[in-house]
This record gives sequence, C-alpha cells and structure tokens, in this order.
Amino acid sequence: MHDPVMEEKDRGRCSMEKNIVHKHINIKGLVCPYTFVKSKLAIEGMEIGQVLEILLDSEEASNNIPKSMVDHGQTVLSVEKINDTDWLLLVRKEKE
Amino acid sequence: MDFTDDQVMRYSRHIILPEVGGKGQEKIAQAKVFIIGAGGLGCPVGFYLTAAGVGTIAMIDDDVVEMSNLQRQIAHRVDTIGMPKVESARNTFQALNPDVNIIALKQRISNHDILDLIKDYDVVVDGSDNFPTRYLVNDACVMSRKPLVSGAILRFEGQVTTIIPGEGPCYRCLFEEPPPAGLVPSCQEAGVLGVLPGVIGGLQATEVLKIILKKGELLTGELLIYSALKTTFRKVKVPKNASCPVCGNTPTITELIDYDEDYCSLR
Repeated sequence: MHDPVMEEKDRGRCSMEKNIVHKHINIKGLVCPYTFVKSKLAIEGMEIGQVLEILLDSEEASNNIPKSMVDHGQTVLSVEKINDTDWLLLVRKEKE
Repeated sequence: MDFTDDQVMRYSRHIILPEVGGKGQEKIAQAKVFIIGAGGLGCPVGFYLTAAGVGTIAMIDDDVVEMSNLQRQIAHRVDTIGMPKVESARNTFQALNPDVNIIALKQRISNHDILDLIKDYDVVVDGSDNFPTRYLVNDACVMSRKPLVSGAILRFEGQVTTIIPGEGPCYRCLFEEPPPAGLVPSCQEAGVLGVLPGVIGGLQATEVLKIILKKGELLTGELLIYSALKTTFRKVKVPKNASCPVCGNTPTITELIDYDEDYCSLR
C-alpha cells in the first residue's frame, strides 16, 4: 500500500541524526484522539522549526498522528518502531 | 494555558480543529459573554457557549420559569418552575461545565444600567423578546463599541445578524425605529415552533465563537432569515446607513432611550 508517511520517514531519516529534539512527550497508554490532541497541544507551544519527539504505544496513533500532523502543515521527519510495543515520532513544526 | 486531563478530553474536538486548537480554546476560556434573556434564545446560546468552555457567561432576565416555557426554553425544567430563569439556567449550565463562571442577574435591563453591566464583556448576545430591549441593547452596544449578535424568532421564522460597531451597520440601520406598540405580535400571541430558537440560538452561539476566535466570516452587514416551514436560509444585505440616528455620521441619539413601557404588555 502506498503510504506517503513512510516516504516522509525515508526522507527524514538521513537528517534524523542532525535533528535536535526540542521537546519530548510520552503519550503511552493514550488512545485516539487524545494521542493527537496531546501531540498538537505540545507542538502549539513550540517555535517554528523546532522538533517534537513523541513516544507512543498505539499502532493506530502511529499511523494517524503523522497523517494529522501533515494535514496541519507540519513535517513528519520519522516514524520508527523502537521495540515490540513502542513507536517514536519526530515532527518538525512548520506553521502555527 | 495548561489544560487538565479532563479539559483535554472535554475540548478535544475543538483542539483538533486547525481553526481552534489549544490556543483558540484558551481564547474561548478567557472570553466573557453577556446574554440578554434566559428564554428561547438565551437558553441554547448559553447552553452551547457553556459546553464550548466560554470563561464567563452573564445572563440577565427578570422572569421566572413557567410551564409554557418548557416547550422551547431548554435550560429549564419542571422542577425549576417558579424559579428565576437565570437561576434555573445557571444550575443547568454549571452541571454541564463547572469550568464556566455563570453570572445570573435577575433584573430587567434598563437604560440606566446597561452600559455599566456590559462594560467588562467581550460580546453581547441579544435574545430578548421585545423591541424596547432590542433597541436599547443595540444603542448601548454601538455607544460602547461592543460586538452584538442579535437574534429574533416568531412563529416559524427567525433572524440573526452580527453588529460590529464601527465596521458594519447596526440594528437601526436596518429598522430605524421600533414598530408601534401592538403592530408586531409577540410569541405569546402568535406562537413559536419550539425548535426554532434552537436553530437561531445555535447560529448566534456560532457567531459568538467566531468573534472570540477571530475566524471565518461574520454576519456583519447581513441579515440571515431562516424559514422553518420552507427550510430555507436567505441572506439579505444590510447597508450601513450614513444618516443612522445612532451609528451614522451625525448621530441624533446620544443618550439611551427607555421606550414606552406599554411595550412590556406585549411580552
């Protein structure tokens, strides 16, 4: 299945090392839509160009948050499954 | 603003909207809205603004709840019959959302106190059922440059317009003077479909939120007319009247008018 988010991830990967994470949130245990609500609130409080790191354990959110972030004009730098249960997302703020 | 977990859940569908977000929800939480009337229109306006999390909502009304109100005034209940409408509504709204500060004013608004009453509020909503109040509220909002969302209902038809003093026309640009007492029947005489204030009040509450959020296009310079029987919405352009007695270039009304009390018999 064509997945634009995975393309974003591939593009973001090479720059991932260089990305400084400005804020980290742990939303493990939350379900949709609160996963995105919490992520959106976090990114609203940041400056344009800063990077938010999101730790989560919902597979649905690992798909939905990147899509919603792109819809809201932000850039998804990476979506990484880091172990059996968790994902780590990197999102760069592009607009208020 | 740091939202509690409950607030994140309560307002999640607002926060998700790009036009609202956490920052917009914060604006809503800081907003102060003054509602004239706790009847057909005041109930749904207050209900939805309470649900939306408006920080402070004042309601003014001198009436008590009657059985005949319950067909349309959705904040009141059988067990609040006889209670001042503003108290009945406050009970309902506080039970819905304890975040909101509800101020209940059981009094009839007058030309002596209206400017003082509305001065600390961001938006005024007119849900009154009589012309003296409608004109008093318009003139007071023009004089104090307060945004006003005006609504009216009768039988199967309702109207809404948003008045932004200094930008668009006011109610007197549309109808310069109140009609003679007795010419326009009241709901009491002519009846009103119980759902109608829900539609019109819902539109008024929407305008209030857009004013608070500074988003979208307001009904400024337009009168929206809803026909429940025909299921039609019509928008009528209302030009600003340069010779309007209250908001024109040379206003002739510079003090608030208390129209003949005879009108009150129509309520």
